[in-house]
Amino acid sequence: MGSENITGSDRDMDFGDSPEEAAFRLRLREWLQDNNPHLPASSTSDDYWAGQAAWHRALYDAGFFGMSWPPEIGGRGLPGVYEVIVDSELAAAGAPPRPSVGFLVEGILRHGNDDIKRRFLPGIVSGRDRWCQGFSEPDAGSDLASLRMHAQHVPGDGEAGGEYVFTGQKVWTSYSDEADWCLLLARTDPDVPKHRGISAFAVPMHQPGVTQRPLKMINGITKEFGEVTLDGARAAASDMIGEPGEGWSLAMTVVSHEREPGQLGYVARYRKSVDELARQVRDDPARFEAEQLRDLAWAIVEAEMLRLHVSRRLSDRMDGTSHGLEGSVDKLLMTSAEQAVGHAALSVGGTAHDGGDDTWLNMYLYSRAQSVMGGTSEIQRNLVATRILRLPAS
Amino acid sequence: MDVRLSDEQRALRDSAARVVNSLAPRTVRDLDDLERADKLDAAVDASGWRELRTAVDDGAPLASAVEAALIAEELGRGPADTAFLGPTLAAEFRRVAAAPTSGSLETVAFVPDLSALACAADGALPSRAVAIDARGATSALVLVPAPDGYLLAEVALPDTGTMVDLTRPVAAVEPAAVVPVPGQGRPITAEDLARWTSLGLALTCADLVGAMRGAVHLASEYAKTRRQYGAAIGSFQAVQHRLADAFVSLEGSRSIALHAAWSVDASPASDALAAAAAAKAYCARAGRAVCEAAIQVHGGIGNTWECLAHLYLRRALLSSDILGGVGVNLARVLEHHGIGEHHGIGSGHGLR
Repeated sequence: MGSENITGSDRDMDFGDSPEEAAFRLRLREWLQDNNPHLPASSTSDDYWAGQAAWHRALYDAGFFGMSWPPEIGGRGLPGVYEVIVDSELAAAGAPPRPSVGFLVEGILRHGNDDIKRRFLPGIVSGRDRWCQGFSEPDAGSDLASLRMHAQHVPGDGEAGGEYVFTGQKVWTSYSDEADWCLLLARTDPDVPKHRGISAFAVPMHQPGVTQRPLKMINGITKEFGEVTLDGARAAASDMIGEPGEGWSLAMTVVSHEREPGQLGYVARYRKSVDELARQVRDDPARFEAEQLRDLAWAIVEAEMLRLHVSRRLSDRMDGTSHGLEGSVDKLLMTSAEQAVGHAALSVGGTAHDGGDDTWLNMYLYSRAQSVMGGTSEIQRNLVATRILRLPAS
Repeated sequence: MDVRLSDEQRALRDSAARVVNSLAPRTVRDLDDLERADKLDAAVDASGWRELRTAVDDGAPLASAVEAALIAEELGRGPADTAFLGPTLAAEFRRVAAAPTSGSLETVAFVPDLSALACAADGALPSRAVAIDARGATSALVLVPAPDGYLLAEVALPDTGTMVDLTRPVAAVEPAAVVPVPGQGRPITAEDLARWTSLGLALTCADLVGAMRGAVHLASEYAKTRRQYGAAIGSFQAVQHRLADAFVSLEGSRSIALHAAWSVDASPASDALAAAAAAKAYCARAGRAVCEAAIQVHGGIGNTWECLAHLYLRRALLSSDILGGVGVNLARVLEHHGIGEHHGIGSGHGLR
């Protein structure tokens, strides 16, 4: 179970920086002194989402984004643990977390052909092109394989491939208002079992037949998620990612990475929040009661646990151990951390009933989605029970 | 950063696992098999694991706290009815005090709730003290205040112990004259004490992780074989989710406990103590919940003396209490963030 199968290394276990890692940390720390955009928390303000694209490009241009991806797609080719360093320095500087595009990158890296990878990945990694993810539908949430987005193949005039025409609706489409491209799952073959008839496409968002509508979330955010309706929108057949019918497999790659805190960079977000809450308590300790302090202490402990857990996971990958079932474990730990921070935000930060600052209330409200997005906690528990503990399927 | 275990560390863990797999009790009844228990004791004695924190030439420990934690975890998983934590903490004290190693099996004594070390002023313990890991031990170390820190003193242990944890008896030590440990080279400073406490916390965390592994394994295997309504109970989502949550808590505990063990020798003392306190709060909460889940999955049988599940729960309860459980350690975490001495959320630092 767990890390039992991970092979060892020839040096002693070490949470500390190597000389190269220390030098990298210092460079990032110095860069952040002049380049922190001081955006509001991603969970509480649309201003964050408006500024995220510029932040992504700034991080990338300075050499602090895509640390562990291959150089040919714009990554730095370094061990995954560099992401831990990035996260901890971003948190320490009170800077925004790194943008989360890793699951798109991993999905396209694993399933796309060389042409697809060359055309699309550098733009995603550098932040030049904005992508959204068109997976969920109104009637296909946890049961994603029942999705109905229809893809009709239209052969070309003699040239290879032709194109596909899409009809249907997507929901929970992140950043759909700003996206240039959509990683779309659509049904290309209605006559085979539902998991096998799905294919994945890169679909341009700026074309006739695409309408998107923002979804207003319970914390008032409108720019993170949208609904997308496709009615006659098109993609070239050469923009299919993977083979026909490979969409489900690609989706599983993407969502398993979408569950990984190491990929998402949320450690920085949690740490920044608990540091701010701790500062409030230090500034006026008499204002707080034991129960509030306990909530804060748990948030500190949970955020720290997640940081260390990510360090462990990313270290385990150094020997090429491929990504596996542990993503569900990590998602549940990340959810626990996010919601502990949310409870501390509510408890220590408080609710302004007089119409004042509602940042902490909104952070708390935002934390409720963590046990749903990227696969509900219930689905993750099913996977842990049946795939890791090997309990019999229900 | 590379937090994978080295090949040597893995080999050490594997050898501990082999001893545990062949000699730890597999049933509650096995606890009464004294021949088995003696063999386990002899195997651990011969392994040298209890001497990992003794000093080599330059005063550094023979092995890091990570190695000690690997042993503690396997013994917790056993659950192994042999002494390890007490002798290891006693050896650490002698190393720090530059005192000669003990000739017989020695442990350490705590205040009765085990949350802090026992401290003897004026030549006697102020009230009852409790020595942990009393099996086979003839004496326990306590501290005596001195002008520039603390000195080590020893107190003899009675023959009989009591058992909350059926695998690790503790022994009540009556207030009595304590004898200074001969040959101490230097006093124990407050910083030494903080680092010693971080070692104790890290090892109790490792023991909790081991107990959780044992409990999750026990309950998962039971859920695969126990049938109700014509199906294995492990096929029901309600049971699956309980066990999944237990496994997830175990994995989080493992990560934070590993860091605590590494910090003991690698971080400044105050950081090591904060890392250990965060880990202890997390592992103590998780340990109880996971062992409770193991009992629940076993149903009625889980509440009987014969079921192994309560051995893990009892082991977790003892390990939680040693150097403090959730409350004391959350207070330490807050103090490290500059939020101190607060509102009764928990208190106490090493000594009471």
